[in-house]
Amino acid sequence: MSGFVRWEFLRIGESFDKAKGKEQKATGLENFLMAQYEKFEHDVLVIGAGGAGLRAAIEASAAGVSVGLICKSLLGKAHTVMAEGGIAAALANVDDRDNWKVHFADTMRGGQYLNNWRMAELHAKEAPARVNELEAWGALFDRTNDGRILQRNFGGHKYPRLAHVGDRTGLEMIRTLQDHGIHQGLDVHMECTVVTLLQDGDRVVGAFAYDRERGRFKIFHAKAVVLATGGVGRAYKITSNSWEYTGDGLALAYHAGAELMDMEFLQFHPTGMVWPPSVRGILVTEGVRGEGGVLRNKEGRRFMFDDIPELYRNQTADNEEEGWRYCQGDKNARRPAELLTRDHVARCIVREIKEGRGSPHGGVFLDISWIKERIPHAAEHIKKKLPSMYHQFMALAGIDITKEPMEVGPTTHYMMGGIRVDADSQMSNVPGLFAAGECAAGLHGSNRLGGNSLSDLLVFGKRAGEFAAQFAKTHGAGKLDERQIERAATLALAPFEKSNSGENPYKLQDELQDFMQDLVGIVRKQNEMERAMELIHQLKERALKAGVTGNREYNSGWHTALDLFNMLTVSEAITLAALERQESRGAHFREDFQGKDKSWGQANLVLRKGASGEMQISRAPIPPMSPELEKIVEEMK
Amino acid sequence: MPTATFKIWRGNVHGGKFEDYQTEISEGMVVLDAMHQIQAESAGDLAVRWNCKAGKCGSCSAEVNGMPKLMCMTRLSDLPLDRPVTVEPMKAFPLIKDLVTDVSWNYRVKQKIKKFKPRSPDAADGTWRFTQEDADRVQEFRKCIECYLCQDVCHVLREHHLHDEFIGPRFFVHLAGLEMHPLDTENRLEELKTAQGIGYCNITKCCTKVCPESITITDNAIIPLKERVVDEFYDPLLKLFRIFKPGRK
Repeated sequence: MSGFVRWEFLRIGESFDKAKGKEQKATGLENFLMAQYEKFEHDVLVIGAGGAGLRAAIEASAAGVSVGLICKSLLGKAHTVMAEGGIAAALANVDDRDNWKVHFADTMRGGQYLNNWRMAELHAKEAPARVNELEAWGALFDRTNDGRILQRNFGGHKYPRLAHVGDRTGLEMIRTLQDHGIHQGLDVHMECTVVTLLQDGDRVVGAFAYDRERGRFKIFHAKAVVLATGGVGRAYKITSNSWEYTGDGLALAYHAGAELMDMEFLQFHPTGMVWPPSVRGILVTEGVRGEGGVLRNKEGRRFMFDDIPELYRNQTADNEEEGWRYCQGDKNARRPAELLTRDHVARCIVREIKEGRGSPHGGVFLDISWIKERIPHAAEHIKKKLPSMYHQFMALAGIDITKEPMEVGPTTHYMMGGIRVDADSQMSNVPGLFAAGECAAGLHGSNRLGGNSLSDLLVFGKRAGEFAAQFAKTHGAGKLDERQIERAATLALAPFEKSNSGENPYKLQDELQDFMQDLVGIVRKQNEMERAMELIHQLKERALKAGVTGNREYNSGWHTALDLFNMLTVSEAITLAALERQESRGAHFREDFQGKDKSWGQANLVLRKGASGEMQISRAPIPPMSPELEKIVEEMK
Repeated sequence: MPTATFKIWRGNVHGGKFEDYQTEISEGMVVLDAMHQIQAESAGDLAVRWNCKAGKCGSCSAEVNGMPKLMCMTRLSDLPLDRPVTVEPMKAFPLIKDLVTDVSWNYRVKQKIKKFKPRSPDAADGTWRFTQEDADRVQEFRKCIECYLCQDVCHVLREHHLHDEFIGPRFFVHLAGLEMHPLDTENRLEELKTAQGIGYCNITKCCTKVCPESITITDNAIIPLKERVVDEFYDPLLKLFRIFKPGRK
């Protein structure tokens, strides 16, 4: 246990002055900073440049404050580019029965009512305006016959609701925001990674970072900080997530005293590639099923029809024919069972595989090519509607999806939980620290609907930017603390001192990914998760001993060694919360507690760092919904 | 398991050399997988830029056996493995380290291009109406993932280093996307002819050949832009016409 405490102690740090000499202390802070580090001043600092970060930066900048935008990679490469299906917004362009209330009710049902209902309300109301705004900034969505933005079907959405561009909606969104943002006067810091937040008392007043190119340290001094760092998928072996998704924002916030929430709810997308091994986990969009793709086991059976949950029975087709009519736009038809929520579809796939009805490489079959039985020119239609999927399977697996089925299986995809924020302003419990997008918690409850992520980024990215700018305007600059900076620098450089004698950071990362996948995956049980917790504590010890060779220039080993700390913090949070919630709900499935438990349906789990560095967990009761929203939920049940 | 040898460029602005690395090969592996394996096994500080590993972000551009490629989409089964696979950085940009180059010039170029300026909305609710055909014309250009492989292979940049006078195929694609956008009203032809140097392109189509998104860069983007410049500045009939009726988009 001593190792655990030491690790936490190092992160919060108390006595790391010894490595740096006394002479540096004698000089003033300014001199010290000038000599050692590059320093930047911004009113608002946005960390993360995907959809949420860019939208926040644009909004803050429009409010007239100076904005710095930190990208872990190059601008425009963030994980948002990988979003495929679309942006959920009740524009009602395709089905005029849609409106914010239906979208709200769908989102709450999808999250099994653990959502922050105020966020779900704001999201449903504001998403249409955010999508139209993207069009005004140059985004080119697919069109309806009367020239408006086209919308497509997606799991858990009652009506066709996803504004899209083929299957590359995320690219369209990030490029639009990027191209709009670069004319807004943002200071963009590319390939820059934040190591720790800097604080003046409780308040966050900046960040300590290194640049990838030279490994130089950078100090950012800001009046308000917005975290928009995305998810945590890199803590798992099989993931659709990109390199950057190491839980940075969650760990930064947590160690700065912010509360995390809903960490047990990690979404496993039902359809990732399973073969060949090197592409395992790469996403296969839900849009395939929205366009009529079906899931079959090796016996050819559409197994999704075998188990339709009570909550969705009224809205789900009970035969294959009705499901097909739905995909063809028949307003009187109910959606096919393949378009049930992601948590449920993923579990059904796992069941088929476990019971020996899977495909040759340990997945199930996803078939879009069958639509050639129903429509003329099916191959062209598929290539037009799902161009990246066609390309992806052709290039990486040698499979022509217009002719043969794909093999798919669940892949770690999205963190519903994250930093606990105020619904309206997106501020955390730490003054001056805001969060938006995947790294924030609340909107999605226990399971996110497809398409609700891109809209989340826009709606709450904008809000975070707006309120961070407001905070910056009403608060003076806080003080930077030289000791915090020294401590951060010393810790960041520690892996170089160990050099060859230290542990290989890539190997440590591999081990973490392996056991998180095996022990805290889709189907969870107590003894396995307890084992995972032991392993996490052991790895925390070993992470301190990680050693790297070479110098500070673009050194991937060094970056991996530092990312490990964040991955371990979020892994611990996921495991602790998953152990605590003794029921199955949404994305969290306990083999030892299979049913839903009413009392667990009334609380979120909140994590915070205790005084001696230990991770504390508590239940936070969900406040009662307003009568108006309550009525909407009841009416749409 | 079979192994393969990779000849990887190691070095920085001060110099460098190719070094050989051996690693095991498994089914379906791509070049980027091999680079990661080598990092984990024997070259922890090997610099490789990458993100999505799914051909969507355009980060892992490099030259594999002399061809500009995305490492994440280049399968080893498509390469001859009986001899070493060379992997080296792009040549049109300054080297940072190993396989990573400084592509910031591209970001500076883009910032100078006049931004999207839509016509007034078509409907009272502030939205627009246009057909799928209008969108289709431009969506090809918007597929671009900014991998800059087209820039890397363009001889105007790669051999003649005219980075100050020529913006390169990537940004002609960007401009085509703006100029042919159904809602855009800005005029960018003057800069296209002068500062952006479209005249330097002599249509060798190297850019089109290396585009991982299969954008028909030369035929669909550059040539139509060249035609617009010609119409605007060199058409005698139009010139006459404009004397009497000046101003257009």
